[in-house]
Amino acid sequence: MTHAGTTAPTTAPTPPGADLPEHQESLWRSAEPKRSYDVVIVGGGGHGLATAHYLAKLGITNVAVLEKGWLAGGNMARNTTLIRSNYLWDESAGIYEHALKLWEGLEEDLGYPILFSQRGVLNLAHTEQDVRDSVRRVEANKLNGIDAEWLDPDEVAKVCPIVNVSGDIRYPVQGATFQARAGIAKHDYVAWGFARRASEAGIDIIENCEVTGFVADGDRVTGVRTTRGDIAAGTVALCAAGHTSVLLDMLGVPAPLQSHPLQALVSELLEPVHPTIVMSNAVHVYVSQAHKGELVMGAGVDTYNGYGQRGAFHIIERQMAAAVELFPVFARAHLLRSWAGVVDVTPDASPIVGATPYENVFLNCGWGTGGFKATPGLGWAFADTVAHGRPHPLVAPFGLDRFVTGALVDEHGAAAVAH
Amino acid sequence: MQLIACPWCGPREEIEFSYGGQAAVAYPADPASLSDEQWARFVFFRDNPKGPFAERWVHSAGCRRWFGAVRDTRTYEFLSVGPLSATTARTSVLPEATP
Amino acid sequence: MSRIEGYGRIDRSRHVTVTVDGAAYTGHPGDSLASVLLAHDARPANTGVKLGRPRGIGASWTEDPTGLVQVEEPFPEPMLLATTVEATDGLVARGVNGQGRLSEVPDLARYDRLHTHCDVLVIGAGPAGLVAARTAARRGDDVVLVDDRPTAGGTLTGTETIDGRPSLDVVDEIVAELTTSPNVTHLQRTTAFGHYDDGFVLALERRTSHTDDGGLARRSRQRVHRIRAARIVVAAGAIERPIVLEDNDRPGIMLAASARDFLHRYGVLAGREVVVFTSDDAAYAAAVDLHDAGASVQVLDARATAPTLWSRRCADRGIAVTANTHVHGTRGEDRITAALVGPERREVACDLLLTSGGWNPTAHLFSHVGGRLAYDPSLGAFRPAAPRPGVEVIGAADGTFGLADILRQAGGVGAPPANEEPRDPTAVLWRTDGDPTRQFVDIQRDATVADIARAVGAGMTSVEHVKRYTTIGTAHDQGKTSGVIASGITAELLGRPVEDLGTTTFRPPYTPVAFAALAGRERGDLFDPVRTTPIHDRHVAAGAEFEDVGQWKRARHYPHPGENMTDAVLRECAAVRTSVGIMDASTLGKIDVRGPDAAVLLDRLYTNMMSSLKVGRVRYGVMCGNDGMVFDDGTVLRLADDRFLVTTTTGNAAAVLDWMEEWLQTEWPELRVRLTSVTEQWSIFAVAGPRSRDVVGAVFADLDVSNEAFGFMTWHDTALDGVPVRLARISFSGELAFEVSVSAWYAPAVWARLLEAGRDHGITPYGTETMHVLRAEKGYPIIGQDTDGTVSPHDLGMAWAVSKKKPDFVGRRSFGRPQNQDPLRKQLVSLLPTDAATKLPEGSQIVRFADDGRLPAPPVPMLGHVTSSYHSAALDRPFALALVKGGRERIGEVVGVPVAGELVPALIGETVLVDPEGARRDG
Repeated sequence: MTHAGTTAPTTAPTPPGADLPEHQESLWRSAEPKRSYDVVIVGGGGHGLATAHYLAKLGITNVAVLEKGWLAGGNMARNTTLIRSNYLWDESAGIYEHALKLWEGLEEDLGYPILFSQRGVLNLAHTEQDVRDSVRRVEANKLNGIDAEWLDPDEVAKVCPIVNVSGDIRYPVQGATFQARAGIAKHDYVAWGFARRASEAGIDIIENCEVTGFVADGDRVTGVRTTRGDIAAGTVALCAAGHTSVLLDMLGVPAPLQSHPLQALVSELLEPVHPTIVMSNAVHVYVSQAHKGELVMGAGVDTYNGYGQRGAFHIIERQMAAAVELFPVFARAHLLRSWAGVVDVTPDASPIVGATPYENVFLNCGWGTGGFKATPGLGWAFADTVAHGRPHPLVAPFGLDRFVTGALVDEHGAAAVAH
Repeated sequence: MQLIACPWCGPREEIEFSYGGQAAVAYPADPASLSDEQWARFVFFRDNPKGPFAERWVHSAGCRRWFGAVRDTRTYEFLSVGPLSATTARTSVLPEATP
Repeated sequence: MSRIEGYGRIDRSRHVTVTVDGAAYTGHPGDSLASVLLAHDARPANTGVKLGRPRGIGASWTEDPTGLVQVEEPFPEPMLLATTVEATDGLVARGVNGQGRLSEVPDLARYDRLHTHCDVLVIGAGPAGLVAARTAARRGDDVVLVDDRPTAGGTLTGTETIDGRPSLDVVDEIVAELTTSPNVTHLQRTTAFGHYDDGFVLALERRTSHTDDGGLARRSRQRVHRIRAARIVVAAGAIERPIVLEDNDRPGIMLAASARDFLHRYGVLAGREVVVFTSDDAAYAAAVDLHDAGASVQVLDARATAPTLWSRRCADRGIAVTANTHVHGTRGEDRITAALVGPERREVACDLLLTSGGWNPTAHLFSHVGGRLAYDPSLGAFRPAAPRPGVEVIGAADGTFGLADILRQAGGVGAPPANEEPRDPTAVLWRTDGDPTRQFVDIQRDATVADIARAVGAGMTSVEHVKRYTTIGTAHDQGKTSGVIASGITAELLGRPVEDLGTTTFRPPYTPVAFAALAGRERGDLFDPVRTTPIHDRHVAAGAEFEDVGQWKRARHYPHPGENMTDAVLRECAAVRTSVGIMDASTLGKIDVRGPDAAVLLDRLYTNMMSSLKVGRVRYGVMCGNDGMVFDDGTVLRLADDRFLVTTTTGNAAAVLDWMEEWLQTEWPELRVRLTSVTEQWSIFAVAGPRSRDVVGAVFADLDVSNEAFGFMTWHDTALDGVPVRLARISFSGELAFEVSVSAWYAPAVWARLLEAGRDHGITPYGTETMHVLRAEKGYPIIGQDTDGTVSPHDLGMAWAVSKKKPDFVGRRSFGRPQNQDPLRKQLVSLLPTDAATKLPEGSQIVRFADDGRLPAPPVPMLGHVTSSYHSAALDRPFALALVKGGRERIGEVVGVPVAGELVPALIGETVLVDPEGARRDG
């Protein structure tokens, strides 16, 4: 932990970029679409690529990943890269913890330096109810075998000295949960690593190929129509995140999804100042410092539906106010760039994964702000689901039918910021 | 940040408004007669089009009145705004989108 | 020294001293930090981030990719361009190698916001912007003109002629006219950094950057102008494009126009032996001007033939011009010593290499709102493709480069004339031949042509991928000079036209903006409004500890000296159970529901029946969402046939009002009801305890407060010294209790009267924590604490509050879903730790109690969690409320609660632990 100060540091900081990995010489083949595949994955983001990778591990390689734009150019390129598994409910903890375990071995699996850095996440509590909710989640995590701690304000300051834990802020920090195994990874590299492996396995990655319709025969879909021609499909796996509703509308399958802009931003490159990840609900902050030194922040969701990949500036301003409130040292940092993704949110803030009314179409969507951290876990379980034609137990609780039965997995209340 | 034309107050900053989601989703006349599936549709399912979308908004920090709007979710542009109908608002016909 | 007499707009009569990397330099007001350094032939101690090669100053304004400094005094700030830092006396800075440092010195400056509405916002005060602003102003429009540099004029150097006069005279004249126009706001040092929908532009004004003290004492340091304009004119100019060549990162390599800017703005000659390498006419002006200022200059033009007019001007001065020639590399250590010219890489000695590959229109502000850019091969640049309503792009920002054309575009027929200058077309030249590993595309990121080649070789075909692979365009300058070149080189390597590839997207902010400036004044108590009750100061005086509940500050308990919270709460609880206590409940949400259909509305929104409530009576009510989960609760007073007063939980007051309005306006507009928040109008004090009747009776002597005359769950109006007061017999503690409501104006007086009347009974102010204990002893849930949005009224044991008579109400249908019938739903129960000593932490999970009393290894199935937990004065032991799967069926069962690694056994019981018969409520 290097303290920021106006005096020169005792040792010169490592030049940012000096320790960045060299990229692989070969990433993926840009394939021309074939006429037919066993599995067509719609959406070449993290989830689609991870699903392809794990399908290949199951021996299923006659697979196409269709991406309407540039590979992993949607939320995968726009997210703020937090990885954690400290969710309240058993169902959520199950899939996210499985994902985290996969993250822990992913560099090796992919043979790609994804800069996975387990630096821990603090979820700050600011009110008595925050404290209750936090303790509840920590205790649940422990019983589920997930590392979790409750820290008092002094302990918070030890983990992250730049958090203002004094009483002189509007909503003083009452403590925090801490998951030490949480971390960040370089999102682009993760996507490229999956793409590279899938491509090596013979899976076709097809960019600039937008799905414009489906060919249905009774309760089966026999193919997809695309801007690059019709492609027959044995099984279709939807991994289109914020654009899922557009696809489901083509299929006539309703789903409780709403697509919202979600903004994020970075500062200029700064010497190391922030050793962990901090999230706060009441004072909405989600911030980490990336490898090169930029502060990466996730803002709140813009409230209205929107596919525009941009949001309103007052959200950013509010984000800055919250950041400076909790981290006075950030006052002098500069906003360098802001952007937005399109997140698909569900009524219970949990994903929808599993079957559709079409027996060979499987759905994966509704991850809201939490999709990145689930990437390998979802890919693994969804590949299994697609391969065996039934929901894997890890995703079974997240079926569409829960909205009918009422068996929701409600992560609103007690799961802190749903990033 | 948009300038939203409240039908009663005129153009005001976006931060004065709250979003109310899809318009014209009627509360069922007899919920008890619905299947669980039908009820779930009403409670949880809303359209999510990429393009013009008939929505409800409320001028929360202004006149506090609800109104209808057609907005393009690709550009966020409001294509039209108008009052919700005087009777059955959620089922009401919203102002036509001006092309 | 490279300061040239007779040039520049600095104030040579005064001096400033700046310190950079420990060395002092003298400059003048009007200098930038970069110009002071260049005047001393110095540079900041910067090296490249990856390769550690020395770096200098490559441009004169925000496009400079290299000259980053950390300012230490007077106002510490990381990562500023030396070209944009105004030289002020005492300024201390140092070079940075890629990372800035956040100072620990608190930022005590003020930052504010200003909202402006105007007819026309003009962005950029160069010739185009000035003329456009004047034209609009003369038309009578309200005009705002912003420009990021300290002075107006843009890239005009003073050598141009406008309207037959020196250009800067015309600039001064226009500025003077704008200054005296009441309908014009002209802001220099103000960067329009973001453009959003409906003519909304954010501009950052640096109000103190030219002062010596950072301006802390006098005014806000920076101000964000939030400008809403009916029409926006983007006249932001263009950024010169370098030509990539081998070892193009050395100090002493600069954009041609920047060298000219340094000369004319600051009187600084950036080099004495100058090679100009260009594929565009504009660089000739630099060659001529630098020659005239005393430099030895030669021009190498990449194009097949040099432009005629400029060749003649050069010839007149003895400036050698060689066409059809490339510079392929450079020599030098800390600074360039030679350019390598021609295929034979002939060494041409120089201390300054200027390059110019044409110009990229600064269309960022057009692009922010989705304005489409298209490649214009005649410019080798992307320029606005199609107009957007309300946005005009003029001048160089639109790809118009001749001064006469620019003025015409900006001012129409009324524009001042300038000489028509012939311009030869720009030749598109992204790079020359050389070693791609040393051809820097993004100098700040140390990213080279080889990196692009590697990305393309790896299979990448999108500029977005190339950007992410190489990091080109992600640095402090956000690719102002490198972005288009990267597109061009990528296109070359892919063998595709650059127009197919496009550029990466421009996103706000145009230049970096300090977090603090965007936070504005929303810090500390202004981060979120603090709401306090009318008697807040009484609580403070009484030594209360407060808790945040929503935006409210609520007194949590009133510790006496030496007491901790547990002591204080036990004392306060005991007072209520044995004598009398008083609590400020003014934060409860209060909604006046009025109209002939008021009862109908409430029947539809509450789970219980409200229409049957008689005037004068009070009923507890529960609200659910459509999902059938408890959303809020509170009491409902029927004030008249057509009028109710509804109370809500403190935190939910606004949400409940919104909820009711939504249903009323959007679903049942036929109901004749009006809803009014009266939360702030009424203060409420709960007077609770067996002696409460004595206290209330003493204060309101004309009211019969006997149980017969004033029954439980009834209300009465009375008056105190002519001030209307409402009393209600509502109890949240199980004790005899009265709620006293009075206009907020009179709250302090009534509070004082009640305390006075209760003094003999030892009346004890109690806070929310005590209230929580008392209600928990009675099994009353707190919505939001004992519920979490997944709890139905039935789960709370409140089936009695769910009407079976009403055909429908909001949430009713959801009770019939399969999940709601599950016998293993979590239900509210009490938990008594069997050791009668352990206070279970709130939030603790509940598991089966293992026979060996040990916590098994994970995963351990969970049965529920502790929602509330306290020490009870009445029970003389700790107790808790909990949500437990199938909880009511488990009453009598011992479960385990993991606490600090131990499994604490606890007995599940009924929720009501104190006075289950309800004998105490009537006193």
